[in-house]
Amino acid sequence: MTGATGDTLIELRDVHKIYGQGTEAEVHALRGITVAITRGEFVAIMGTSGSGKSTLMNLLGCLDRPTSGSYHLAGREIARMSKGELAETRNEVLGFVFQNFNLLSRTSALENVELPLIYRGEKSKVRKARAKESLERVGLGQRMGHTPNQLSGGQQQRVAIARALVGKPEVLLADEPTGNLDSRTSTEVMALFQELGESGITVVLVTHEPDIAEYASRVLVVKDGVVVSDERKTPKRAADELDRVSQGSAAIAAQLARTKAEAEAAR
Amino acid sequence: MSPFQILLVAMRALWRNKLRSFLTTLGIIIGVGEVISMMAIGAGAKAQVESTFAAMGTNLLIVLPGAANTSGQRGGFGSGQTITWDDFSAIRDEVPTVKHAAPSLRSSQSIVAGEVNWTTSVTGTTPDYFDIRNWPVASGSAFTQSDIDAGTKVIILGQTVVEKLFGANADPVGQSVRVGTTPFNVIGVAAKKGQSASGQDYDDTAFLPATTFAQKIQGGLNRYLSGQIYVEAISSDATERAEKDVTALLRQRHHLTDRDDDDFSIRNLSEMADSRQQSADTMTALLASVAAVSLLVGGIGIMNIMLVSVTERTREIGVRMALGAKPYNVLLQFLTEALVLSMLGGLVGVIIGVGTAQWIAIRFGWATLVQPQVIMLSFAFSAFVGVVFGVYPARKASQLDPIEALRYE
Ligand SMILES: Nc1ncnc2c1ncn2[C@@H]1O[C@H](COP(=O)(O)OP(=O)(O)OP(=O)(O)O)[C@@H](O)[C@H]1O
Ligand SMILES: [Mg+2]
Repeated sequence: MTGATGDTLIELRDVHKIYGQGTEAEVHALRGITVAITRGEFVAIMGTSGSGKSTLMNLLGCLDRPTSGSYHLAGREIARMSKGELAETRNEVLGFVFQNFNLLSRTSALENVELPLIYRGEKSKVRKARAKESLERVGLGQRMGHTPNQLSGGQQQRVAIARALVGKPEVLLADEPTGNLDSRTSTEVMALFQELGESGITVVLVTHEPDIAEYASRVLVVKDGVVVSDERKTPKRAADELDRVSQGSAAIAAQLARTKAEAEAAR
Repeated sequence: MSPFQILLVAMRALWRNKLRSFLTTLGIIIGVGEVISMMAIGAGAKAQVESTFAAMGTNLLIVLPGAANTSGQRGGFGSGQTITWDDFSAIRDEVPTVKHAAPSLRSSQSIVAGEVNWTTSVTGTTPDYFDIRNWPVASGSAFTQSDIDAGTKVIILGQTVVEKLFGANADPVGQSVRVGTTPFNVIGVAAKKGQSASGQDYDDTAFLPATTFAQKIQGGLNRYLSGQIYVEAISSDATERAEKDVTALLRQRHHLTDRDDDDFSIRNLSEMADSRQQSADTMTALLASVAAVSLLVGGIGIMNIMLVSVTERTREIGVRMALGAKPYNVLLQFLTEALVLSMLGGLVGVIIGVGTAQWIAIRFGWATLVQPQVIMLSFAFSAFVGVVFGVYPARKASQLDPIEALRYE
């Protein structure tokens, strides 16, 4: 597989998805989506609720197959793959961060992160080492033995990201990865995603928040199952934003310290 | 995924629901335990029948007066005194396949020693009887041919009778007892023989010379022998031959033509042993099938819990699939869980079954015999049950759709 940026990694052509086809409750969730995503791109998908974003993500993530149309991922046609081949593709090419984390309960962070490697048949030692490395990368090196219910929402989200990254995927898919996070943690996650983008990983994320979309290099807007806008732009850098915020908070801290000192001097 | 890895994941999943896993395996534990203890009882009973008949000798024939009726049973008592003392002598002396023959005249009599009396089964016989029954005299001596010829009033007591009349460990040789009104001199004590398979005490008995018995108890010696004749063939292979020879001899002596039925019957102990063994086998099969049914019920319990488990863990299955678990990974995982459950159950069941068999042997004094092949078989069967009842839930899990599974609440 060629790793150079510039070639097309994801290609959807006239993709339709119809839920409950043939029944009364038939929903035409996607109505002809044609998109090509280049290796290394950072794409944000936006749109109102029910517009079909999650449906599109599930297709991109090989969790589901289109009703019609074609989906090529890294040169291979997904629509005709068997369940086993889809599983293999999910395991080797993709990393998925779910909206609701989907960590295994009563299972330590480390074991959760190991999961994709288990199905790749890696040896226990290799798995442990790589899971550890991945958790350290998201800043959770100290929390590896904790189970999800012993972790905060933001920490759980980072475990989920570590799990998506542990298999060194070509594409990272994230459905509202910042939906449950405060703005500072969101910015941290975005900084991490941008860093991944720089290391050659293609990132596709779904978001409701325009602030988040600002960090992407390309924004797709979906409405009623079709792409209504597709715009490339220069992204805002999340790392700079973090610096600015921390400088700001440092200034506030300094101000506080000064006030306190003054108050003490006055006594 | 390596088999070890699969096993580890399965064990971990089961450990998370310790109590439930244990309760689920209980069905298998009880099933296997039951199979093993029941089979041990069956096999023990069979072995005991075997050893009992071996002790009595498989080359033993019993000649009874009176024809065997159509159902193979002897007619009522006194259905003809057809065997004479001369017949007995002829059997003993003229048939080459016969090693020993001894009469067995039997009656229940009250034996009195001083103030104590005890009712027991008294047998009138000849010295050969003790050879035929492999039953030596432990102290004193057996009676001799001259006792038979003279009809002397001597008696040999069984151990139980000695105990009842004289107390444990007493040596009554030389003492006098009365049978009815007749005084007898105790000349010997028979060796301890123990119990029969049906619990009858062999040692609750006493022996008199056959002639004395006929005169003093049967009210006079006449032509006819009112009892049975024990015949020992020269070897167990020759038993059938001896049976034919004795039959031919008696038919000839009784002047029976081809159209006449036998006016006597002969029982072959090895045939009796076979039929007892068959009934022991039937009992074993019956017990085992009851136990097998409970194993089956245990299997259904496993299936039930695995189905619950699949439903409960639908999301987990979805997550694993989304991360790259193939359908067969999921299938294998749940199948392994079912297998671990049933095999652990089988293992504990084996231990409990063997323990129960031991306990029954000690507590009730039953002979039990745990056969290794039964252990292997019931263990294998429990594993088999695990696979059979694990397949459906595992298949169900493996065919889940990842998205549906992830969305499951
Ligand atoms: N499994 C399903 N069965 C039937 N209809 C479905 C299913 N999943 C989604 N839909 C329908 O398809 C349409 C698109 O749903 P989707 O989840 O993709 O929206 P979304 O853009 O992700 O919305 P949100 O922002 O609220 O997450 C909706 O009308 C929804 O009701
Ligand atoms: Mg959605």
